[in-house]
Amino acid sequence: MGYALSLTVAMAVLWLMLSGHYDSTLLLSLGAGSAIFASALAWRLHILDGETSPYHKLWRFFMYWPWLLWEVIKANIIVIRTILQPDMVLTPRMVRVKTMPKTDMGRALFANSITLTPGTVSVDLDADEVIVHAVLKELTGKEGFADMAARCARASGEKDPVK
Amino acid sequence: MSDFLHILDILRPYVAGIALLSGGVIVLIGASGVLRLPDFYTRLHAAGVTDTLGTLLVLLGLILLSGFTLLSGKLALVGLFLLLTSPAATHAVANAAHKAGLKPRLGTVKSQAPGEASGDPS
Repeated sequence: MGYALSLTVAMAVLWLMLSGHYDSTLLLSLGAGSAIFASALAWRLHILDGETSPYHKLWRFFMYWPWLLWEVIKANIIVIRTILQPDMVLTPRMVRVKTMPKTDMGRALFANSITLTPGTVSVDLDADEVIVHAVLKELTGKEGFADMAARCARASGEKDPVK
Repeated sequence: MSDFLHILDILRPYVAGIALLSGGVIVLIGASGVLRLPDFYTRLHAAGVTDTLGTLLVLLGLILLSGFTLLSGKLALVGLFLLLTSPAATHAVANAAHKAGLKPRLGTVKSQAPGEASGDPS
């Protein structure tokens, strides 16, 4: 019930933001109706859970995103500096990262964070490791990946994050 | 206090211009990286520069230009959706190449000067 309610509220807010209609009763009721209808469809499909409606733990993600944004900016500067060298010297590596969050949400967040950071792309993913392609060997530090995995685990609500 | 806010409001279009211009330059750098880097996997990283810092700076400039309105909220949503979807697309492309058996060039790779580049189709 909580999931259905938070999903409906989130979709209503999204509808208001994208349409910008606050004064027409007809349009507002149609918008509310469509938000409720979409939630009802999700409930009938039995896909209403913490993954389709993660709004109750959104504050954890808000704690994680500024850190990720700063990492993305630092990695961007490294990659841009590499691209702009007249004689590029690259040290591409394929590495297996073994430290992983335990939940599906945490793993997805971790793999996406790796890909979002320029210079590293997650190439393959299974239950206990990610295969990462990096353009420079400086970007494959074990501590960096372990730190990011622990933060992802915490952001997705794990009680006992990976060491 | 109102003087301070007034100065901020005067500075806003200039800061927005700087953000837009540097965003455009970074997108160009990313594009040149896609052309210059030697193989498929390394080119993905240059595309990542365009996806993240380039678009973020352009969107930041547009948000500053539009001020605190519904439009800036929509632009922020565009940025959020881009940041959520672009890694998924990059991973899908990289994963498809890996599954199809495309081997990355590893070790130390030196790029050739533009004139002597041998025709490497990868």
